[in-house]
Amino acid sequence: MPEYSWPPMDQRRVIGKPTKRVDGLDKSTGRAKYSSDLKPQGTLFGALLTSPHAHARITSIDTSEAERMPGVTAVRVMTGAGKEVQWEGAEIATVAAVSEELAYDALRKIKVQYEILPHLVHEGDLAKAGPRAKSAGEQVTGDPDKAFQEADAVIEDAYGIPVITHCCLEPHGNIVQFAGDKVNLWPSTQNVSAIGGDLGKSLEVPAANIHVEMQYIGGGFGSKFAADSWGVEAALLSKASGGKPVKMFLDRATELKIAGNRPSAFAKIKVAAKKDGTITAWQSESWATGGMGGGGMPPIPYVFTEIPNKRLNHTAVAVNAGGARAWRAPNHPQASFLTCSALEDLAAKLRMDPLDLFNKNLGYTAREATYKAQLQKAAEIMEWQKRWHPRGEGHAPVKQGLGLAINTWGGGGHASQCRTTINPDGSVLLEIGTQDLGTGTRTAITMVAAETLGLPLGAITLRIGNSDYPPDGASGGSTTIGGVSPSTLKSTTNARNKLFAAVAPALGVAPDQLAAVDGRILVKGDPSKSLPWQDACRKLGTAKISEMGENNPRNPGGLMSSGVGGVQMADVSVDTETGIVKMNKFVAVQDCGLVVNPKLAESQVHGAVIMGICGALFEERVMDEQSGKYLNADMEFYKLAGIADIGEIVVHMDITPENDKRGVIGLGEPCAVGVIGAIANAVANAAGVRVPHVPLTADRVLAALERRNA
Amino acid sequence: MSSSNDSEVPGKPKRGVSRRGFIRGAGIGGGVLGTGLLDKKALAAPPAGGAFVGPGEVPITLKINGKPQTLNLEPRVTLLDALRNHLELTGAKRVCDRATCGACTVILNGKSVYSCTVLAIDAQGKEIQTIEGISSGKPHPVSEAFVNNDGQQCGYCTPGFVMAAKAFLDHNPNPSYEEVKEGLCGNLCRCGTYVGVRQAVLEAAKEMKGGNHA
Repeated sequence: MPEYSWPPMDQRRVIGKPTKRVDGLDKSTGRAKYSSDLKPQGTLFGALLTSPHAHARITSIDTSEAERMPGVTAVRVMTGAGKEVQWEGAEIATVAAVSEELAYDALRKIKVQYEILPHLVHEGDLAKAGPRAKSAGEQVTGDPDKAFQEADAVIEDAYGIPVITHCCLEPHGNIVQFAGDKVNLWPSTQNVSAIGGDLGKSLEVPAANIHVEMQYIGGGFGSKFAADSWGVEAALLSKASGGKPVKMFLDRATELKIAGNRPSAFAKIKVAAKKDGTITAWQSESWATGGMGGGGMPPIPYVFTEIPNKRLNHTAVAVNAGGARAWRAPNHPQASFLTCSALEDLAAKLRMDPLDLFNKNLGYTAREATYKAQLQKAAEIMEWQKRWHPRGEGHAPVKQGLGLAINTWGGGGHASQCRTTINPDGSVLLEIGTQDLGTGTRTAITMVAAETLGLPLGAITLRIGNSDYPPDGASGGSTTIGGVSPSTLKSTTNARNKLFAAVAPALGVAPDQLAAVDGRILVKGDPSKSLPWQDACRKLGTAKISEMGENNPRNPGGLMSSGVGGVQMADVSVDTETGIVKMNKFVAVQDCGLVVNPKLAESQVHGAVIMGICGALFEERVMDEQSGKYLNADMEFYKLAGIADIGEIVVHMDITPENDKRGVIGLGEPCAVGVIGAIANAVANAAGVRVPHVPLTADRVLAALERRNA
Repeated sequence: MSSSNDSEVPGKPKRGVSRRGFIRGAGIGGGVLGTGLLDKKALAAPPAGGAFVGPGEVPITLKINGKPQTLNLEPRVTLLDALRNHLELTGAKRVCDRATCGACTVILNGKSVYSCTVLAIDAQGKEIQTIEGISSGKPHPVSEAFVNNDGQQCGYCTPGFVMAAKAFLDHNPNPSYEEVKEGLCGNLCRCGTYVGVRQAVLEAAKEMKGGNHA
């Protein structure tokens, strides 16, 4: 077994160089085909009927009129008479028809009678949750009561962050053809290699008979791993329609109601400290919902886990609303917001600069040195020391403020296999059953291959997104880059070594004396002895090289690792007369490992920051107490930030020889964690008062100012 | 206890109910400045020749990327659905389906429009330009600039953004940074690519100066 390693930092020709997305032009010219763009021969359109009620029992369902409609090929009841639906948007029936318009016409002909049952859709007031609340039990560390008694300063406040929804621009859905005992699936998934097996379980079809293909995905963010009910239903509608493909994608409202969301988090937090800012105790009563299944439990105190005296209570609340799914760094943004808000409030009470308070308590974190250096770097970029002021200073109606928050995440690399084929004509093919979520996976794989083989990017043909290729893990937990980079390195190294063996006799040296550089196979130390790549490949005769490479998550071999920290700072303006918050500047200092492509890594951080701005200022699932309905299940009122809402964003990546030795570490998640906390703290600093619940909308800012002035 | 039979059929208009009456209000942080909605005159005018058509299929001729194409469509079919479901021109995407996000942006008589909120039957007699139309030969400088500046991640909003940017630059070839932010605020991205998009539009403006582009 050869030893695999990344080439030394100063000798890399491709890796580490800012490189354009290899599939960029396919996307920006509209040529890229997402599964929702496809229409295989004979495609029928599927549509989904959902519950208008948050909690109801179906007393009768009549599909006969829909079934009689010309052009309707199949009608299926998913939730029949006598069964309960537990949230608005729950699946009731599906239809397949020759046109999309007709499929929706047919849904309107299905008659459903409901017996409406009581619902709970709001978790914000824990006192009203009654039997829907389930305590996770109390955890006590040290002696919090004594620590609170002996403290110089104690703050106590309540904070809240609502349920938000993934709102993938390409809705969840798929095209499925179920003919005979074979299934063709064109999904929108973060899990190309394993989604077929998931669908097969429901259909009782062996995974070997299920073929999956997906070239592009329009957003997932953690919500697109499973085959889902629409996968199973499209397959069964297909079977009932003579095996024609059925295309079924959720409409926007249903997408927002049932295709995943991030759990809320609320907490009453009490923190004790000495005069110098040393935290001595933490007490929190937190609660959250993720739908009927309870929901996330934010890990608080976040990052400052070693605070010596703690009392933690958490309660999960079941509400009649669509279920949570993994959401970019599950539980972390909520935990960072809750913790960093409380710490900023503590600093304000002590009349301290929160930068000093965070620094003072870094001994409670697992990465003291990292955070210390990052706080310093971020402060330098933000000119924090010069620009920070105590809360609410200044008389102008528009006030500026600074805030900070921190993050951490794991990473690592998922199981991945890559196959490299070198053909006698010199062409190179790589196959991996992975997916590119827009993170730049295609580009990274191509770069690693180009580096190892000494070829330009354009000489590598890469195929992904197909269940016929060697399997690769789901893209979740920031594990893709850590999976595909090692498997590609190993596979291309193995293939290259085979080529060296074939070429060595012609160059009169041992294979280990050869190198692949700039399109040539040359003798190390004697570049005059070399062969162009194509001539070298001709030495293979008629036999092509086909070599595998595998990433084993448990044996990283120095090629990838996990565990990063980051510091984020926000600069905002708050109009104290209108309550409107405006982003001025955002600084993200991000810990990393070996960065394959700094250009796309920076895009990841930009994207994460912008997503955080959406969560801090705009996004919220608004439920109606009376009707139990999701009031803003559309994109007019479920608001995302626009291009004018984001201010300036400065990214600093800690690309250093020291960090490079850690190998590749995924960046999708950590940089998405601290944004909301940093912005909320900047708003508190500007307005002079804590706005305890995000999003920081004008009404909430004005209400907080009014409470202070009352 | 109460009963009801109002099952929810989201997404599609009822037969015979067009989207003509759809009125959109811009909220804080969003807008339609860069993207024209339905032509006011077309809204006020009675159907061509005074005759009502539909609800069944009628022949509809659309001039797409300079080429007339005749389809048999129900009058309720939107321009977006005509492009995607009947012509396989899938660059324009269906995302919000309510004239909010701009992923479906095409250029109609030189102005960017949300094709999800234009009926195909109302687009007759107009010049319809799609992402495919500006990408048939050499890539358009706007498309190139989106790649150079990484103004894209998953890419689902990108064709709409490119078309909105092209229409914006056709009308405003020399925009300031502030004007780019105003002009492109009718399009939304979920991955968070706005930093690259802003740079891309400024680069494309420079690149397009003096050149003739489709």
